[in-house]
Amino acid sequence: MSEFFAMGGYAGYVWSCYGLTLVILAGNLWFSRRELKAQIQRATRRNQTAETP
Amino acid sequence: MWLWFYKLASPPYAYAIAARWRPWLLWSALILMVISAYGGLVLAPPDYQQKDAFRIMYVHVPSATLSLSVYVIMAVAAGIGLIWRIKLAHAVAAACAPIGAWFTVLALATGSIWGRPMWGTWWEWDPRLTSELIQLFLYLGYMALRSSFDDTQRADRAGAILAIVGVVNVPIVKYSVVWWNSLHQGPSISKLGAPSIASPMLWPLLLMMLAFMLYFAAVLCDRVRAEILRRERNASWLASVAAGT
Amino acid sequence: MTPRQRRMALVAVVLLTVGGAVGFALKAFQDNVQYFFSPSDVSAGKAPAGRAFRVGGMVTQGSFKRATGSMEARFVLTDFSNDVTVSYTGVLPDLFREGQGVIARGKLDGNLFVAEEVLAKHDENYMPPDVADMLKKKHEKPTGTPTSTTAMTQPAG
Repeated sequence: MSEFFAMGGYAGYVWSCYGLTLVILAGNLWFSRRELKAQIQRATRRNQTAETP
Repeated sequence: MWLWFYKLASPPYAYAIAARWRPWLLWSALILMVISAYGGLVLAPPDYQQKDAFRIMYVHVPSATLSLSVYVIMAVAAGIGLIWRIKLAHAVAAACAPIGAWFTVLALATGSIWGRPMWGTWWEWDPRLTSELIQLFLYLGYMALRSSFDDTQRADRAGAILAIVGVVNVPIVKYSVVWWNSLHQGPSISKLGAPSIASPMLWPLLLMMLAFMLYFAAVLCDRVRAEILRRERNASWLASVAAGT
Repeated sequence: MTPRQRRMALVAVVLLTVGGAVGFALKAFQDNVQYFFSPSDVSAGKAPAGRAFRVGGMVTQGSFKRATGSMEARFVLTDFSNDVTVSYTGVLPDLFREGQGVIARGKLDGNLFVAEEVLAKHDENYMPPDVADMLKKKHEKPTGTPTSTTAMTQPAG
């Protein structure tokens, strides 16, 4: 098991690449979700104000 | 066929489709990513030259591939928007840019980390590396150009022109290693004849590329929906959407 | 022509013009885009004199020598028609070995290429070590895999 994490001496390089990939992919997903939620909220608010002038 | 095309081009329909497909795309992407990461990190044997460092390939190659194919999708969408005056196509193009830019950053960063132990350098002004950096600037330029317009329609048109002109860089990135001397090695998969990767190392890579594409589609669904909502300010169908989800 | 066809033609013209312009520009600057020179280029005097440039080639089997009590290493780079002797003082990358493609950056000092930096180039082949051994035995070739040599010696285009 520790041999697996050592990656034949390239642990720092290999794991930093995978870590970076994970962070960027997750971040991308999270930011786009947050943006969508914000837009839905704005649309909802606009509709409410439009209905009750 | 055309009927379907026009139906898909209508924002309410596209919005609903994107909302319905997104979980399927995302979950299949995640499952495939776990399987191919296991295949690439555990099952694949170490390389005869690069030992375990070659495993960086499983994140580097898919992100580099996507950095190019997302740009092509963006340019085609922008072209459709420009020619047929379809607003949704412009929305798709605008949604592609940040995702593609992140894939490009990832490709450059993982490539740099891979280059340090193997080549002996973090960065070289090699044709492949330089053209991929230009690719990143094209994405950033597209986004900057868009944001410099207040009017969405003008932003769409100006952005579309830049996206279409920039597509010229895609074949340059792809064939840079074939056309010129470079530090970066030649293509392993996308060439005529058999790929030069042994099959226990190849299948996790192909699977990971598929997973990245599904992931891209999932993120695109969210971004396109947000983009549609930003554009359709007064449409009546928004009321039902906003109430629903 | 309908407005739509006109826009379609416009997009096509823009693409062709930009593509053509970039294509011709790259063709004209072909030599400047080259990342490294081959030993044959150096022998033919194509490499810039008195200015740093890069030489790429295969490290000749049995040519690597390190002087005792010194960090200076010497080896011969070849493209199988011409050779360049390289002198380098410093740490070599992990992939550096005889039969490997490398790229050295430095200046020519007479016939000796004095390198400030040596980078290893790897080929596009990925395989487990046992498969590589098998291939090597089959081809009876001591210098790496066959494709790696062509990758180094044929700057296509």
